[in-house]
Amino acid sequence: MDKWSFGLTLLGVGVAGTFLTLWLLALAARVLKKLFPLEPEERP
Amino acid sequence: MLESILAGLSGLGSGALSLLSTQGWPNFVMLLTGGALLYLGVRKGVEPLLLVPIGFGCMLVNIPFGGLNEEGGLLRTLYEMGVANELFPLLIFIGIGAMIDFTPLLERPSLLLFGAAGQVGIFLTLLLALALGFTHAESVSIAIIGACDGPTAIYVTSQYAPHLLGAVSVAAYSYMALVPIIQPPIMRALTTQKERTVRMATPKTSVSARTRLLFPIVVTLVGGLIAPKGLPLLGTIMLGNFMRESGVVARLTKASENEIANVVTLFLGLAIGSTMEGHAFLTPQTLAIFGLGFLAICLDTAAGVLFGKIVCWATRGQVNPLIGAAGISAFPMAARVAQAQGQRYDKKNYLLMHAAGANTGGQIGSVVAAAVMLSILQAMGIN
Repeated sequence: MDKWSFGLTLLGVGVAGTFLTLWLLALAARVLKKLFPLEPEERP
Repeated sequence: MLESILAGLSGLGSGALSLLSTQGWPNFVMLLTGGALLYLGVRKGVEPLLLVPIGFGCMLVNIPFGGLNEEGGLLRTLYEMGVANELFPLLIFIGIGAMIDFTPLLERPSLLLFGAAGQVGIFLTLLLALALGFTHAESVSIAIIGACDGPTAIYVTSQYAPHLLGAVSVAAYSYMALVPIIQPPIMRALTTQKERTVRMATPKTSVSARTRLLFPIVVTLVGGLIAPKGLPLLGTIMLGNFMRESGVVARLTKASENEIANVVTLFLGLAIGSTMEGHAFLTPQTLAIFGLGFLAICLDTAAGVLFGKIVCWATRGQVNPLIGAAGISAFPMAARVAQAQGQRYDKKNYLLMHAAGANTGGQIGSVVAAAVMLSILQAMGIN
């Protein structure tokens, strides 16, 4: 594979993959917060 | 008898003679470099935990005929037992996970996207390294300096370009320490006065203990299933965090963040120093690696701030773009830089909690970016 195909593939798929994974994690964190809200005894 | 005495005497001072010969100048230069690293660590406080053992290891390996880097020697043994097989960075990751509090990030999970934007520099630097003529594997290892995360850089480089380990590691740790100097001019250049003074709403306490406990498991599962080649990185950092949040293995948590992390840091530093032998280290490649590493951090910062500007525009001015610069892994320096820059233009602007969230997002982001990169490379057949 020539260097530009290699580099541009990693750039495109790498950036998209990183954003997608972190977006999914953000979504999962939101779901966790909805499923397990702060209990009254945990409030400061 | 006289011959025997002369032979015996010739063994003394052989190191000095070799060092002063024409073949010895690279070792001489590296002895000075080791001294400079010790100076930076001891007198200037630049990442002393790493730079002191690296600097000393560098000095040890450049004293001729010491034998520390030969088969069975101390430094070679340390290298083989923990760097060649990637064990040391992973053990350090357990300690890092045990130290991280993800609460600021979980208060506002969308901050994770800043952690993604802060990794764009990795992939742009990869293109630059390829353009300069580095091989595919070398370019990957150089680009990972942009993760701004020492253990990640060591983990990836020891797999793909172990001969660059010394330069990549020293560049990664040095630039991490220089974040407060590198980032502010870029942040100011890319933002307007109005953007820098945007105030963000104080986050409410909304994260339950159960959410904090389950988050590392979810990250491991989601990240591991998407980018399995990076599971050692993600899995170890999340193991440390799970132990911390579970609260039932306090001894293991403390050992991970103290004794284990300290011992491994010493061994890791010495082993990295052992890769800085003059003849192998003093090449034009090393200079290029330092230059590209610097660019990687600059590009990360620029990408983070530009992403922050987009979010600022999309939310009609509710997000200060300066926190975008904190989406890198250098914790907590990057968050403090965002806070300091915000307060420079508005003394009552408190960005620290938001920036800390973006910064912990950057810690996850750097590991995820490395995991994604490793998985893509595996699929391409580049191992």
